[in-house]
Formats: sequence, structure tokens, C-alpha cells
Amino acid sequence: MINRSDVEHVARLARLGLTDEEIDRLVPQLSRILEAVGKLSAVDTSSVGPTAQVIALENVMRDDVARPSMSREAALAEAPIREGGLLRVPVVLEEGR
Amino acid sequence: MPGTLPLADRTIAEVGELLRRREVSSRDLTEACLGRIARDGERLNTFLAVGEERALAAADAADAALKDGGGADKPLLGIPYALKDIFVTRALDDDGQPNGGLPTTAGSRILEGYRCAYASSAEERLSNARAVLLGKTNLDEFAMGSSNENSAYGPVHNPWDDRLVPGGSSGGSAAAVASGQAFFATGTDTGGSIRQPASLSGIVGFKPTYGRVSRYGMVAFASSLDQCGPLVRSVGDAATVLQALAGHDPRDSTSVDTPVPDYGAALTGDVRGLKLGVPREYFVAGMEPGVEAAVRSAIGVLEGLGAEIVEVSLPSTDHGLATYYIITPAEASANLARYDGVRYGLSAGDDDLIENYVRTRGSGFGPEVKRRIILGTYALSAGYYDAYYVKAQQVRTLIKAEFDSVLSGVDALLAPTSPSVAFKIGAKADDPLLMYLNDACTLPVNIAGLPGISVPCGLSDGLPVGFQVIGRAFDESTVLRVADAYQRAAGFIDLRPPTAYG
Amino acid sequence: MAVSTRYETIIGIEVHAQLRTESKMFCSCATAPPPGEKDEPNTRTCPVCMALPGTLPVINRKAVELVMLTGLALDCEIQTAAVRFERKNYFYPDLPKGYQISQYALPLCANGRLEVPVPAEETSVSIGITRAHLEEDTARLQHGGRGYSLLDFNRAGVPLMEIVTEPDVRSPAQARAYGETLRDILRYIGASDGDMETGSMRIEGNVSLRPIGTDAFGTKVEVKNLNSFRSLERAMEFEVARQADALERGERLVQETRGWHETEGRTMTQRAKEEANDYRYFPEPDLPPLRPSEEWVARLRASLPELPAARRARYVDGLSLSAYDAEVLTADLALADYFDAVVAAGIAPKSAANWVTGEFSRLLNQHAAEGLRSSAVGLRPAGLAELISGVEGGKVSAANAKTVLAEVFATGESPKAVVDRLGLQQVGDAESIGAEIEAVMAEFPSQVAEYRSGKPQLFGFLVGQVMKRTAGRADARLVNDELRRRLEE
Repeated sequence: MINRSDVEHVARLARLGLTDEEIDRLVPQLSRILEAVGKLSAVDTSSVGPTAQVIALENVMRDDVARPSMSREAALAEAPIREGGLLRVPVVLEEGR
Repeated sequence: MPGTLPLADRTIAEVGELLRRREVSSRDLTEACLGRIARDGERLNTFLAVGEERALAAADAADAALKDGGGADKPLLGIPYALKDIFVTRALDDDGQPNGGLPTTAGSRILEGYRCAYASSAEERLSNARAVLLGKTNLDEFAMGSSNENSAYGPVHNPWDDRLVPGGSSGGSAAAVASGQAFFATGTDTGGSIRQPASLSGIVGFKPTYGRVSRYGMVAFASSLDQCGPLVRSVGDAATVLQALAGHDPRDSTSVDTPVPDYGAALTGDVRGLKLGVPREYFVAGMEPGVEAAVRSAIGVLEGLGAEIVEVSLPSTDHGLATYYIITPAEASANLARYDGVRYGLSAGDDDLIENYVRTRGSGFGPEVKRRIILGTYALSAGYYDAYYVKAQQVRTLIKAEFDSVLSGVDALLAPTSPSVAFKIGAKADDPLLMYLNDACTLPVNIAGLPGISVPCGLSDGLPVGFQVIGRAFDESTVLRVADAYQRAAGFIDLRPPTAYG
Repeated sequence: MAVSTRYETIIGIEVHAQLRTESKMFCSCATAPPPGEKDEPNTRTCPVCMALPGTLPVINRKAVELVMLTGLALDCEIQTAAVRFERKNYFYPDLPKGYQISQYALPLCANGRLEVPVPAEETSVSIGITRAHLEEDTARLQHGGRGYSLLDFNRAGVPLMEIVTEPDVRSPAQARAYGETLRDILRYIGASDGDMETGSMRIEGNVSLRPIGTDAFGTKVEVKNLNSFRSLERAMEFEVARQADALERGERLVQETRGWHETEGRTMTQRAKEEANDYRYFPEPDLPPLRPSEEWVARLRASLPELPAARRARYVDGLSLSAYDAEVLTADLALADYFDAVVAAGIAPKSAANWVTGEFSRLLNQHAAEGLRSSAVGLRPAGLAELISGVEGGKVSAANAKTVLAEVFATGESPKAVVDRLGLQQVGDAESIGAEIEAVMAEFPSQVAEYRSGKPQLFGFLVGQVMKRTAGRADARLVNDELRRRLEE
């Protein structure tokens, strides 16, 4: 149902590192799960729409009022790397690295 | 008999009374719990973080308030409790400095030692109620699991038999409450994660209606199903804790703004005239006979109390598992995208952006979380969205409509909580699909967003069995009424694991 | 030119405009630093816009209103049946949640139309508006050093409106005109500052060619990195030429995204994407749907200000202003409002237009460098009206009035205070003027005699002498009349 390259593609979309062993284990597990959940296709849903939310709430909004923000120190306290008041991240390196 | 149980194993109602009569102090209660944690905490692996000094300070403050007669309408004042480590606790002050608050890990390596800059609604409300926070309990990673074997910090062990699982994902909370380490604990329930561990650990667990309790500060797993609820030893205690937790929160757009009734008033003990439905589809083929017997016996007790029992049918029950295992991984795959090593949490420190993402998330997430992220991403991806995600949301409409229809003819439903009692740690670890079946009786209730409680109803092979009372949306009162009446009549309220007896 | 005879240019435009709200889209952080203060990085964030674990979005009502208002101004249908937010899922450091809350299947506004005057083509074109929807801005990513970038989350979560046109634009000039017309509207209704330079308005163009007379669309190229309307026009021109050239040579065009490089004057392929973006849109479970009531929409519709096109028409048809004057006035909403107020204070439209588009605007531009904006001028319209009627009533000479106005801008005093302080009241009574004229005629008898003997050019000299004696305060018209009368005696 799902093959190795499917799993690799999806892992890439999810930016999720998987070892070869992990992929080996996942392929059959996911196939079985997908087979089980795929049974829904046989259910007749022609008369109903999708439910995104079970509560009947609508128009939940707030007034446009600015409130004090977090201090910069609190915002960056858990940052892996910072440089002064900014957060540091790596860039996408050139292909062939 | 209530009086013979050790202090640490009594209900909130009992010890609350003792507190108000000044027969015990909050410090006594807190030290009792800390003592249990010291004795059994490591063996059962219930807590991920314990804040002993802070807890004793809070207990002393509570005692001072009690001395001034401040206990009257604050039933949780001075009561020690635990928060499932999926509720963020504030650990940084306004200047970003550690303030002595506990870390939040969600049971994951990716948030190891994480100090959150804000407090969850649960922490705020229980702090306002002057309950005493002991610590953060162990859980399945990101609430994904039904055995608490998916924690990055080791599995939790069932106090009834520490070779067994306590259930999950709120396994730490359930085991802590069951073994006298806390008088109550908060849990989260997305597919049964409060009710199922309550059942396997022999305590009471209540999942309120979706939208009844704020999700602000609850690390999100599946946004349209997650709910916060109490794990306690009696239905009366459930009403007390729910009273403190329930209510509108403007920071959670899915929390409803309807008044919170007096849940205590529901505990009349009278179920005469109530019509209770028993859905036949819930007595699943693979159910353990001992479990079925205990559940049927509970139904009998309620009938004896004057309720009318009718058999009902929820034909779409069978589709619950598939619906659940498409919708929840899909939502989770997006909810977990923020764990990317950029603003907080584990970071692989790679020089390349994409490699940094891949390695951070690859090493930070455990196998079950990865499995569900892949499943969810797949279900949402181009070409599969309609067949999986949209289809599941449509079946969800059917499931909910069925519940609503049946519940218009009865006041509540009675069902098993789990098809089995607690199983051996490692028994189902290699078979995800088998593990998912643990929630077959609980997850449809989440899909429909209804309230459900699990109450102990006996033992099977010496291990606890629970049964469910499921109610109409926002009718927690009827659920509590039925469950409470049962518990008072059936007498399993003093059921405690060996930990209570040294 | 080969292109125009063989190929038709098809352009679609996408605009992102930051909305003028106090707080962010889904949290209460301020959208701008306090006035006068520098925007220090990472000082306008909170757990929600930093996407800390367990946080949830809450919709800003004003942002919803501004998009609805824009939709109404663009003649769109406001989706009152159900409006939904969705998650657009992708990974990038400037996207804290790993998804952007946006709208996909059910946007707030759809199916609109905008009439765009295109002066360069001496025509007006009708551009279809496919949709206008609401989303949130990303953080600001800036180049840090070798191999790393730096992030400032102040901008993360600011409300953003996305407006997409049908592929109805047929030339680079039309594209530019569309951008400018849209910007004017956004400013008029107060939805956005519409400033390309500061980034409160961003624009992208999709351009393709097709042989004239055919129906099928050609290969579409998306062009980004446009910092001004002029860049948009130039980039479109470049693309049209590049694509036509390729087609002529039989080359296949690639559907891609290209960036405009201003200094080199060309578009260039951006780094090839590793995989096509699969955003995996699904409904945002943390936000209940919106169902704008008919009353709400009606109230907003009633609150729409007079839009630029209608205003120009009113000035030309109703007030008999020239098209040029109408154009200049309506280019700035505050200026047009100011003009209207001066007219309301009793000044004839043509006169008011002369002053407002003339001296008043000149001084505005002069002081703009100090941060003065047309909406914040201290001189009230009634004050300018008073000055203008003073000139027309002979109390102040036109030349002196300009001096007065300059002083008013510089010092903030009222016109009356300046006039009094500088003693610029016009000498307007016939007696004092007569006296001055007598004095001049007595001082310059030979010039008087020469004028009388047939040298009319000396009239100006004598007038000048009278003005000099009165330090310019004499009513010029009166001096002319009086002097001529006495000289003719």
C-alpha cells in the first residue's frame, strides 16, 4: 500500500529524520494501518459534509487592542543560538554538500 | 471503610473535611504524598519533575489561609495534586530568568528541560483554587499512546502490578493518584487518555465535553479532540476538580462561553427515572470475559437503583478507529511542526537548515510520534487529502449524528472503558494496530466531543476494571449523577492497589 | 514591435498588504513600536506569535473588518455563508508554527472588479479580483554572516491581506496602474499604509504570453522581489521581452519563479525548489468558522468613504475642477479631505484648489522631510480659508499671503498672529493709498511726466515705488486703479 519511497517523500515533507531501520519497520506498519483506515472508503457519506469542529461556535473574535509583549529576554531565553537581540539559524547550504 | 485507609489514599472530600476541621494540615497531606513519591516514584516512574520545596511552601501558605478560616468555599485549598507534563508550567520570570517553576517536556526528548515562559490555564486555575502542585507526571510522548510505554523517560508502571502498564497516555497521572502520590491529577484525553488509564489503574477519570475546559497551555496533540480532565479517586472528587477547571477562556477560541453549573448539586445519588442506553457495538469481540462481567454487573447495579436500561445501537462505532487514526495524526503532524530546533527545545546544531530540521526532529521524536507524523502528513498530502482526511471528517459527522440521535432518546450511555485489564509492559509494543484497539470504546466519544467518565466497577484476575458513562454535550451533571450513584452503591470506592498497604 | 503584433501579454497580480490594526492577527502584540521609538528586535512577541507549546490563536476582529471593507471597495462578494481559516503547512525559520494560518477554500471576499485608469495608454481597464483573504505575516529573516541568518519575530503574526487578480492585466503599464490604483484605495479606506518601500505592501506579478487570437494560456512565470511600482513595470517589460524572444527562437519556457534584480535590470531564476510545494491545506481546528452577518456587511458598506475614482468625478463634474487638479487632490486622501473642508468654509472650489495644490502642497513637500504628513498639518482648513478670503477681500496681498503661509508652517502660529506680528496687514483704504501715491508722484516728477507724454512702461515703475513705500502691504489692485486714475487726471 505504501512503499519505501512514499515514506521517504513524506518524511522529507515533515522534515523528519528516519534511519534505514526505521523506514524498514515503518513501511509494513504503515501499510497495515493505511489498509485499516482505508476501509472508510466503503462508508456511504454521500449525505453528509465534513465536520471540522464538533462545537457549534462561530464568529469568535477579539477586540483590536494591543497588550504588552514578552520581554526580549523571556522570548529568547530558550533559543538554541542567539546573536544579540536576534535568533540565529543556519541557512540552506548549496547542493552537493 | 474510609477511615482505615492511609491519609495519602483518601479522597479529596475526606481530607478536605479533615483540613477544615484542622485535624490535618496541608503540610501533613503534602508530606504524605512526597513520602509516597519517595517510596514508589522511581519504581513506578510516575513523575518527571517534583518541586518539593515549592510544594511545601504552598502547603504552608494554604495552612495559613486555613487558619484564618479560608477553607469554606475553597474545596481544593491545600490539596496536593499533579499536572500531566503536557500542561505547560511557568518556569521563567518576566525577565527570562528561571523562577523555580517546573520544566515541561511532553514526555519527549525534543523538550528535555524546556522552561516555558507562561502558565497553562490548568496551572492558573488550580493555583487560584490554592491546590498544592507537587510535580509533573510522566506520559506517552505528546499524549500519543495508550500504555505510557512511549515516554522518552521510560514507561510508567501500574501500582497494581508493576510489570504491567497503567494505561495511557495519562499513565503517570493515573498511577500517581492510584498509589497515593497525589490526591488528584490532571490529564488530557484525545482518544481515551484519561478514561483508559483510570480504568486500568482502578480510579476515576473524567473527560468533559470538548470546549468545556480551556486548552490554553496544553501542548497540542489533536486540536479538535484534546480535552483536559481530572483523575481522582471518587466521582465526588471529579465534580470538585472539574468545577475548578471548567469555564470559558478567551485565549482558547474553541472554549465555550456557557455557564458552568454547580456540579456538586448533581451528586444526588438518585437515578430513578433515568433512561440509560447500552450500545451493543461496544461489547467488542475481543473483550476479556472478566471485563465484560464487571461492566454488565455495573449496569445491573444501576438498574437496581431505579434506572431504566435499554439496548441501543451505534452502528458507526466500528468506523471510529479509522476515523480517529486519520484525523488525529493529521492534526498532530501540523501541531508538532513547531518543534524545529529554531526558537526553543532540542536543536541538532547542524550548519545546514534542512539537515538541522531533519536531525533535530529525527533524534528528538520517539517511534510512535514519528509513525503518527508520517501517517498524518501522508493523509493530508496531495492526492490523498480527499480520500483520507475529508472522508474521515465526513464519517465523523455520521458518528456524531448517531450519538446525538441516540442520546435524544436516553439520558446517558453505559459502556466498557477498555476491552482488557492492564497488560504486560512490552506485550503490544511491536504491534501499533493492536495497541490502537485499546481505545476502541473511548475514542468515538472524543470524535463526537461528548463527556465521558470511567468509574471502577470491579476486578478481573485481581486487576481493576472500569466502565464508562457517556453523556450529552455539556451535560456533565447527568454523567456525574449516574456515576456517583453507582459508585456509592457499588462500594468499589475504597479499591486501592497494594501501595496503600505498604 | 514584434511582441505586440504577435503575442498577447497576460498578467495576473498578487498583492500582500499589512493591515492597519493596533494588534497582531492572532495575538495582542502591537503591530508597531510606540510612536517615536525604534523597533528593537524581538520585543513585540508573546507565547502565541512565538509559537510556544500549547498556545492558541484568537482572531482580531478589526483585521476581518478591514478585509471585508477592502472587498466591498473592490466590489467583491463577501462570503457570509461560511469563512474558514486553514493551515498552510511548510517549514521555514520565519514561520514559527511550521504552518501559516491563512485562507484557502473559503476566503472572506471573492469575485470583485476594479476599474483602473491607465494614463500611459489613455484608457481605463477593468480588472477582475479573484479573491481577497486574510492571513498572518512571517518573521523577518535577515542575512547574518557566513552560513547563517538572523531572525526578528516582531513582524510574525501581523495581519496580512492577500488580493489576487484574474489574469486580466494586458500590459506592464496596466500592471503598474493597477498597483497604484489599489494602493490609493487601500489608503483611502484606511486598510493599509500601502507603502512598497517599508514593505506594508508587497506585489508579485505572474506573466505569460500567448499568440494573439488563441485561447490557451502560455507558460506562466512568477516574478518576485519588486520594491516599487516602477520595478513591477520594468520587470514585466523585461519578462515580456524575454519570453517573446524565447518563443520566437522556439525555446520552451519553464514555469518557474524568478526574482527581479533592480540594478541589473533583469529577472533571474530563483534557486530551483527541491520539490513542488505541497502545503497540505486543512481547516484550522483551533478557530471556529466566521459567518459575517448581513448587518455587519451592511454597516461596513455604509462606512465606506468616497473612493478616489468617485471623488475625482465629483470634483470634475460637480465642482468644475480640471482633471489635473482633481488628480492631484485625490492622490492623497488627507489632502482631498482638506480641500473639501476649505470649500465647506466658504471658498470657491477653483480658488481653494489653486491654493491647496499650489502653495499649500509646496510647503507640505518642503516640510515632509521633517516628518510632516498632510493629515497632521497644524493649520486648520478654516485657517487657510480665512487667509484665502483675506487675499480675495484685499486685506492681504497674494505675495504676502504666501509669506504668511510659510511662517505658519514654520512656527505653527495662526495666520492672524503672523499677519499681526509681521505687520503685513494690507493697506487697503483708498485714503492711505492715495496719500502714498501722491508722495511717489511728488518724488518722481520726471517719470510721471514721461508716462503722461506716452511711455506706458513707466507705470510699472511707479507702482513698484508705491509698493516699496508700503513695504508691499498695499492692495495691488487698488494701487493700480488709483495711480492710473491720478496719472490720467
